[in-house]
Amino acid sequence: MNWQWFHRLGSPRWFYQKTGAWLPWLALASVVLLSVGSVWGLGFVYEHGQQGNSYRIIYIHVPAALLALAGYYVMAISGAIGLIWRMKLSFAVMRAAASIGAVLSFICLVTGSLWGKPTWGTYWEWEARMTSMLILLFLYIGVIALSHAASREQSADKASALLALVGTVNIPIIYWSVNWWNSLHQRATLRVIEESRIDPVMFYPLLIMIIGFYCMYAWTLLTHTRTLLLKREMRTKWAQDELLGGR
Amino acid sequence: MSSVDVQKPVSGVRSALGFMALFRIEMLLALRKRADITNPLLFFVTVLALLPLGVGPEPELLAKMAPGMIWVMALLANMLSQESLFRGDFEDGTLEQLTLLPQPLYFAILAKSLVHWIATGLPLALLSPLLALMLNLPVDGYLCLLVSLLLGTASLSLIGAIGAALTVALRRPGLLLALIVMPLYVPVLIFGTGAVQAAIDGYAYSTQLAFLAALLATAAALAPLAAAGAIRISLDN
Amino acid sequence: MSVTPKSQVVLQVTDLTCIRDGRRLFEGLRFSLHAGAAIQVKGSNGAGKTTLLRTLIGSSSEFSGDILWCGDPYPKGLPAMRDSLLYIGHRGGVRSGLTPLENLTWYGANQEAALSALESVDLTGFEDSLCHSLSAGQNRRVALARLFLPNSPRFWILDEPLTALDVAGVAALEEQMAAHLRNGGSILLTSHQPLSLPGLDALNLSDYTVFESFSDFGGEHVLS
Repeated sequence: MNWQWFHRLGSPRWFYQKTGAWLPWLALASVVLLSVGSVWGLGFVYEHGQQGNSYRIIYIHVPAALLALAGYYVMAISGAIGLIWRMKLSFAVMRAAASIGAVLSFICLVTGSLWGKPTWGTYWEWEARMTSMLILLFLYIGVIALSHAASREQSADKASALLALVGTVNIPIIYWSVNWWNSLHQRATLRVIEESRIDPVMFYPLLIMIIGFYCMYAWTLLTHTRTLLLKREMRTKWAQDELLGGR
Repeated sequence: MSSVDVQKPVSGVRSALGFMALFRIEMLLALRKRADITNPLLFFVTVLALLPLGVGPEPELLAKMAPGMIWVMALLANMLSQESLFRGDFEDGTLEQLTLLPQPLYFAILAKSLVHWIATGLPLALLSPLLALMLNLPVDGYLCLLVSLLLGTASLSLIGAIGAALTVALRRPGLLLALIVMPLYVPVLIFGTGAVQAAIDGYAYSTQLAFLAALLATAAALAPLAAAGAIRISLDN
Repeated sequence: MSVTPKSQVVLQVTDLTCIRDGRRLFEGLRFSLHAGAAIQVKGSNGAGKTTLLRTLIGSSSEFSGDILWCGDPYPKGLPAMRDSLLYIGHRGGVRSGLTPLENLTWYGANQEAALSALESVDLTGFEDSLCHSLSAGQNRRVALARLFLPNSPRFWILDEPLTALDVAGVAALEEQMAAHLRNGGSILLTSHQPLSLPGLDALNLSDYTVFESFSDFGGEHVLS
């Protein structure tokens, strides 16, 4: 089997030069999709019967929640690839995914609590999904803190990749146990819009926003990874050429 | 290595012998360093004794808070004692020697976690009825508290070993260890307090205990593997 | 070449390059270690002596090139190598909460052998003191006492074994190492001090150092 492509994929230089061309397209796609989605969702969809205008925050909250969770797996899988095939590149992706994921889960928590005020009358409600998201944020913070702790970057890479993998085993258990816990302490709260009750008119802009968030995620992940790679490969000729504008 | 490398038995037997030899040595060390056993316990008792001073001595309020507070303090006591789990062995080079043994590191970590549980979790669980009494926990919850702590602290010892292994090479791991390990402790906390609460309310709590046992089985199978990988990474720091 | 056990190659290293923190410590290293022979690894501080030892015991995988144990390349040859390895690193592997005697028993010695080994490293009278009450030099000697145990593994890797020893101690250790070589064992060690050992080869890592300055380093290494 020819593994050449795989090792080339692991080469920071190849990655850097290849992905440079994708960036403008991803940026364009995310700007267009996010503008269309937010104008449509925030401006043109009719008000929700019970929640009035406040429900419109789902157009940010839901995509952020989806990507915060998906981002954890992006981080863990690239960490695993790094551990198994010892690829520098995937460790850089892992580090980039860690900080972006932490920001996304933070956004999800903030928008969730802003939504909670008009809905539940309080900024913070110990509701299952919000609690799980909070723990997910802690998991992200743990990985980030560990990745900055060790004196050798290589050891820090491997250690945080391992922690991310331990986290993936734990996430389903945590989500499930938090759900169980929440069902014990169920109080009379207003249920958020159930999936089945989402009107298609509300759903299409949400779909556009989700796709837009995915594009934006890919865009920031690539940009962040490229920056990390340049910093790490500072000593090599190609990185210096890139930084000095290509000689 | 111990006395087994002369006759070279099959690897399964060798692993078992290695596990027993290490378990004996670790127990001996734990008994010699009694402060490592008593300090987490004293921490556990002291903080729980401070609780009524903080929230007030109303029996109903204390009874309501008791299961959660006892469990959270058990979590903290366990976590604080994790820091020293591999530290001594790392500094004197024993950890490096353990990685060179023919038997897998898995058994060495399992032995160390078991001793850690015997030294911290077990006495803490045995002491818990006394604290439950002081915090006015309803009598129905005593047995459940004891059993859930026995099961739960064993999981905590195993999960915490991963954090201890990841941070063993760092100079001041204390807070980082807490940051790493605490989110992983969440399921144990939920089912531990859930079981005690159910017992107090007069419901069946065997389901929760079964979940705790399942968590323990999973942790015993997987956590030493992760910790073994983490130790090899830390040694290369 | 005659295939007597004495001249059998136990460890063969070809074209070994070790990279640490993105820096090549040495490149194209080659040597072979025979049964009954010893190699002293030399080099200035930071030349990669400890990294080389850690690579050879299989604790560091950041290398390119081939390491063969009795003809089997790493990592396939690694378990067999570890079965016949006695490694004393920078950290000696002496548990501070145990006594010297207990430490040696843990490494598989019986009471009698352990006592005589401790006598060889001049620790008589300290058998039952806890190791954390002993000095750093004495702890080092507890670690070295493993070399004086019977049924010793045949391949020794020692990181700076001479540092904590006085003249008599060095002489005793040299005698023990010579005996080990006569029995067909092999030794690979680092030392700043000169060492008198029959058939000792020197391997100078400085001969394999890569000089790379910040600006003119042109290569790109996929291997991290």
